[in-house]
Amino acid sequence: MTAHTPAADGVPVEDDDAHTWTGKARRWMLGKLPPDKLLPEDQPSYVMSWAYVFGMGAVASLLWIIISGVVLGLNGPQWYHVSSLGSFVNSTHLWSVELFFMFMVVHLWLKFWMAAWRGGRVLTWITGMVSFVVSIVAAFTGYLLQTNFDSQWIAFEAKDALNAVGVGAWFNVTNVGQIFVWHITLLPMAVGAVVVLHVLLVRVHGVVPPLEAAEGDAQLRDSAWAPSHPPEPVSPRDSAKPGDPA
Amino acid sequence: MAGWLVAGVATTGAGTFLGWDGFTIQLGNLIVILVMIVLFVLALILPFPGGKRRK
Repeated sequence: MTAHTPAADGVPVEDDDAHTWTGKARRWMLGKLPPDKLLPEDQPSYVMSWAYVFGMGAVASLLWIIISGVVLGLNGPQWYHVSSLGSFVNSTHLWSVELFFMFMVVHLWLKFWMAAWRGGRVLTWITGMVSFVVSIVAAFTGYLLQTNFDSQWIAFEAKDALNAVGVGAWFNVTNVGQIFVWHITLLPMAVGAVVVLHVLLVRVHGVVPPLEAAEGDAQLRDSAWAPSHPPEPVSPRDSAKPGDPA
Repeated sequence: MAGWLVAGVATTGAGTFLGWDGFTIQLGNLIVILVMIVLFVLALILPFPGGKRRK
């Protein structure tokens, strides 16, 4: 049995002798993401910028996509295609997707020009890109579920490409029942899982600082991007020190 | 059932397309791209409310 030592606030803290997989997993998770990093009360001053808003805007849009999608799925197509309220909820589902992609793309642009993969944040960057790609597939299946001539056109334009890469049997865009399952179960779970992982990685590594504030980030100080490695000089003349021979 | 079909058909529009020489784009797509560019620029230049109060 593992020993417990009371912390200052009285909460028992597990010692280092965890020997079960649950104990080891808990120790690993608490080491990677202690509660004060998971739910921080403060952020660096550079986070007070519109450049740090769009990721959460995308998450807020995704939440409404899921909520409205649940309402649409439970009431069915004959509700959301015919009734006024159904059409309205259907429209909010579409427009929250539009906002989700706009916020996600602006977030992507801002983080690209911020080189957000710096300081050991490569996996955060990769999960962001994966969530973007999976979201495109999820949105594509949504367009297929409009059950109008647009969706029929899109399906028949897409089927040849999907058959050519050998996925047509399991991702048959002309089979609206199969695409409905992809759209309301598998792809939302995939998008949700990748987005949750992305947000957790942001909490583990912290938000990336602007390029000019790199010295304020502990992860960058410990990496090759540390301020001890100044930016590459623009030209040899810029790197010359006073007194150096020209 | 008929109402469902009519509702489905009614949502289908030809759309407005803009073209310059060999380049063609649907108006809605162009608007979305322009809005994203405007948001990107505004995010860089607009001050954040309450930002000066922070340390």
